[in-house]
Amino acid sequence: MEQITAFDLRTSPLREVNTALHAPGLSGEFVISHPDGAHNVAVGVDAPVKVTVEGHVGYYAAGMNQHAQITINGNAGTGVAENMMSGTVWVKGNASQSAGATAHGGLLVIEGDAAARCGISMKGVDIVVGGDVGHMSAFMAQAGRLVIRGNAGEALGDSIYEARLYVRGHIASLGADCVAKEMRSEHHKELEYLLKAAGFEGDDTAAYTRYGSARNLYHFHIDNVSSY
Amino acid sequence: MNNWALRESATFDRTTIAAIQRAAETGIYDIRGWGAKRPLPHLDDLLFLGASMSRYPLEGYRERCGTDVVLGDRFAKFPLHLDIPVTIAGMSFGALSGPAKEALGRGASEVGTSTTTGDGGMTPEERGQSKYLVYQYLPSRYGMNPTDLRKADAIEVVLGQGAKPGGGGMLLGQKISERVAGMRTLPEGIDQRSACRHPDWTGPDDLTIKINELREITDWEKPIYVKVGATRTYYDVKLAVHAGADVVVVDGMQGGTAATQEVFIEHVGIPTLAAIPQAVQALAELGVHRKVQLIVSGGIRTGADVAKALALGADAVAIGTAALIALGDNHPRYAAEYEKLGSAAGFFDDFQDGADPAGISTQDPELAARFDPVEGGRRLANYLRVLTMEAQTIARACGKAHVCHLEPEDLVAVTIEAAAMARVPLAGTDWIPGQ
Repeated sequence: MEQITAFDLRTSPLREVNTALHAPGLSGEFVISHPDGAHNVAVGVDAPVKVTVEGHVGYYAAGMNQHAQITINGNAGTGVAENMMSGTVWVKGNASQSAGATAHGGLLVIEGDAAARCGISMKGVDIVVGGDVGHMSAFMAQAGRLVIRGNAGEALGDSIYEARLYVRGHIASLGADCVAKEMRSEHHKELEYLLKAAGFEGDDTAAYTRYGSARNLYHFHIDNVSSY
Repeated sequence: MNNWALRESATFDRTTIAAIQRAAETGIYDIRGWGAKRPLPHLDDLLFLGASMSRYPLEGYRERCGTDVVLGDRFAKFPLHLDIPVTIAGMSFGALSGPAKEALGRGASEVGTSTTTGDGGMTPEERGQSKYLVYQYLPSRYGMNPTDLRKADAIEVVLGQGAKPGGGGMLLGQKISERVAGMRTLPEGIDQRSACRHPDWTGPDDLTIKINELREITDWEKPIYVKVGATRTYYDVKLAVHAGADVVVVDGMQGGTAATQEVFIEHVGIPTLAAIPQAVQALAELGVHRKVQLIVSGGIRTGADVAKALALGADAVAIGTAALIALGDNHPRYAAEYEKLGSAAGFFDDFQDGADPAGISTQDPELAARFDPVEGGRRLANYLRVLTMEAQTIARACGKAHVCHLEPEDLVAVTIEAAAMARVPLAGTDWIPGQ
């Protein structure tokens, strides 16, 4: 059985905790208690370890994660799992804005709602949101998949590149160059896989619509002037 | 033109007429490289008061005049200790070819200074050839990853650049090669915009948290710079210091770009000369002048420019356009090819098109192959040595044993505008307009 290392942020400075999580050849399981909304908890982890944060976290929790499985038993502030490269970040509660911003890989699960700009500039990450997302989500999303089980706010997928969005609920409005697309069999399979990975295997993929880029803004042209 | 009776309009001169005609034909704004081309009050408008009776000069060669500078010792465990106060500004792989980036690293390393990545990430060639490499952290985060972040010697959080304060980047499809596209996670050949705002923070309080995140991820080892385009410089520098910057980089409107709208380059921002005293005032009022270092860029060309920027209170300068010229950009040997592109040696600014005959601002493999990174690096090192020796010459003449000992008291201005902006007296008077 692997050893569990416990950190208490009421008694240990954040810098000490993060430094410990950056130790070369790190393995095992870690529990961080009393985050009390602290920013930058468990950032820059680069090892296949399990980290559980018992409580709410502030900005950039699990930022730039590589390989680790990080669970937040609470809500997350702005930029949770920003620029994640690999691994898993699982938020049991809600997430504030810019969740998964610019992330290149791995899986981000938000069981509750995510605020504005969820998946902004995403570059390959998979994000599954159990509830709703706020406005400007998937803005300039380049690659990866964003699954929204609830509703999406205004300007979803504005200026989107090649990311694929799956939405079950209502969309307040689509952003520039973002359009609904056909759900082919590979998309049902892909969605089924993502839902299962996030623990929502009961969902009917037929209830989802796929959105992506119309690719009209890929080259500067006067006909698109209203979008510039 | 031989007809002396013809009078060109100052308002509608030939350049303006051509711009209107071009707009009418294409229906899209003009995008180009380089920086502001309009005349501006600049460092040329300042002069040094060399020593005579009231000051004691230092002997050339025999008496030492130091040039080294330490950057980032406010919070970072490992500040940079550069041999010269001239650094290479951020320019992306994508905007520049791989060999050109390599040459910048070679040239900078040879003289003990730093070079900087750009939008699009770090290439192995650049990291391999750069003794000190500053990793830019930009709104697009193209190619941004923690592994490269840890390989960097310093991190530069970019809020803007002098050529386009408030604007994002632009890289047209001609330059989005397979490798560039792959590094940026974008389809090959599309016109690519970079965001103008960071995706996960909005104001100075957020930036404080972001800087702390970068420090936590890199175990507080690396200096963190904050780069701003010169506009409301006094306030921006104060906010950058409050946010925890180790180094503030201020880029004036003469600073270059690889691709920006002409209207942006020429009409947004303030001249470098006007920005330096604002930045220094902000640092001094916070009690951190020389503790949070100031790097100034935008139109630095000569050792005199270097010396003047330092005298006004900068700790170091950065060069971009001048470095490209040193590598071979706009060289007369390509005159015929520049003309084929509708330009001329000395005027070429179409860095956005990727057809650079010098093989520098291109991703075309054949053009890029023309450029020898070893030779380019040698030329850049030569140029950096000249800048340094020129600055030393002036510093010695002013009686300074280190170029960073130059001070505003050593300077006068030759125009009222420059006197007001630089806050030094008009030559032959004790008058500083506004004071």
